[in-house]
Amino acid sequence: MSSISPAEWTAILLSLRVAVIATLVATPFGVALAWLLARRNFWGKSVLDALVHLPLVLPPVVTGYLLLLTLGRRGLVGGWLADYLGIVFAFRWTGAALACGVMAFPLLVRPIRLSIEAIDRRLEQAASTLGAPPWQVFATVTLPLALPGILAGMVLGFAKAIGEFGATITFVSNIPGETQTISSAIYSLIQTPDGDAAAMRLVIVSIVIAMGALIASEWFARRATKRLHGG
Amino acid sequence: MLRVEVSKQLGEFSLAAAFTSEGRVTGLFGASGAGKTSLINMIAGLLRPDRGVIAVDGETLDDTAADVHVPPHRRRVGYVFQDARLFPHLDVRQNLDYGRRMNRLPDDSAQRARVTDLLDIGNLLDRRPGILSGGERQRVALGRALLSKPRLLLLDEPLGSLDEGRKVEILPYLVRLRDEANVPMVYVSHDAAEMRQVATQIVMLRNGRVTALGGVKVLTGG
Repeated sequence: MSSISPAEWTAILLSLRVAVIATLVATPFGVALAWLLARRNFWGKSVLDALVHLPLVLPPVVTGYLLLLTLGRRGLVGGWLADYLGIVFAFRWTGAALACGVMAFPLLVRPIRLSIEAIDRRLEQAASTLGAPPWQVFATVTLPLALPGILAGMVLGFAKAIGEFGATITFVSNIPGETQTISSAIYSLIQTPDGDAAAMRLVIVSIVIAMGALIASEWFARRATKRLHGG
Repeated sequence: MLRVEVSKQLGEFSLAAAFTSEGRVTGLFGASGAGKTSLINMIAGLLRPDRGVIAVDGETLDDTAADVHVPPHRRRVGYVFQDARLFPHLDVRQNLDYGRRMNRLPDDSAQRARVTDLLDIGNLLDRRPGILSGGERQRVALGRALLSKPRLLLLDEPLGSLDEGRKVEILPYLVRLRDEANVPMVYVSHDAAEMRQVATQIVMLRNGRVTALGGVKVLTGG
């Protein structure tokens, strides 16, 4: 098997960029939402919960199409963003990141929510009696104790984002150099007569990235657990 | 001075207690289920009374008629819980320093040295709470509360989770704390012997009501 071609490198680097940006941008929102779902009771909570999980159960092509309808150039939000702020998602790599972020969101939120629910709230009470205002309690107690869950969520989200196909190709198409990720490159390659070898190279790259993410998350989780319980 | 005059309905249980105390250590004494922890949680601000007033040194912390409820972090009331509740992600030094940081108090190494000496925890500073013994944890919790410079220190059965041997180990520290730390305390316990050693004034609770007030001799009913 020959080495990776420049065009394949482009797809690999674009995939990494899309998945990293999607994960980093989605994480703060994910933490905020996980906290809200774990700690607060409010009107419409179950609807919000269902909405977050929707991309997990909807066909990805539906999510992609809905994104295109709302955030496309002629979409309600997309038109406004393009006209007034000059932000365009459709058929851009940023749109790919957005689609991946939306698809990864439920997987990101879930472990964070579980880890926040598992925190002993009496520790937060102790912090408040020591003079910590609520936002400091969150920053110095809740957040560090939820860190293993946050890292787990980020790894899961990243893995989902880098493998996302259906929503991405529907929303931003499959443009080499702009929106063609590893997944859509493999899809194109297996439809061309001599694409097998190139497709196989990208398949191997996918496996290496996925393994790397899993090993990294294991390592982070072990470190975090040790920080909490060990010497 | 501590003034408490509160009532609270907690499911089937009704708590209605009133007392004032000038003692160095006010002992809240009663069987489990008498309402001691609910009362002390109200003084800490963790629980809101349905009706009533709580004041420390003339400052009103709760007054339901005037809709006053000072949140826990602004009360400057320290709390030592039965189960220590040390922060597992911080080492002992960081646990001790937490209250000072949160209250933005200047670094006071003399005070820190005094408290770590008083409680004999100087050799534990670099450890994580996870590997401390029950007695060590409770001493660190005492130090942590003291170093936040509270004007009142609440202790909820601080020996409750320790076995007999450990209790004997911690009790002298509590007595030293009473005599040297210069912070008024509210001490919750169901153990009369412990009360006699630590408290200077007793508030006896039964089924959510105050049944006796006075010096330690009310413990023997004499």
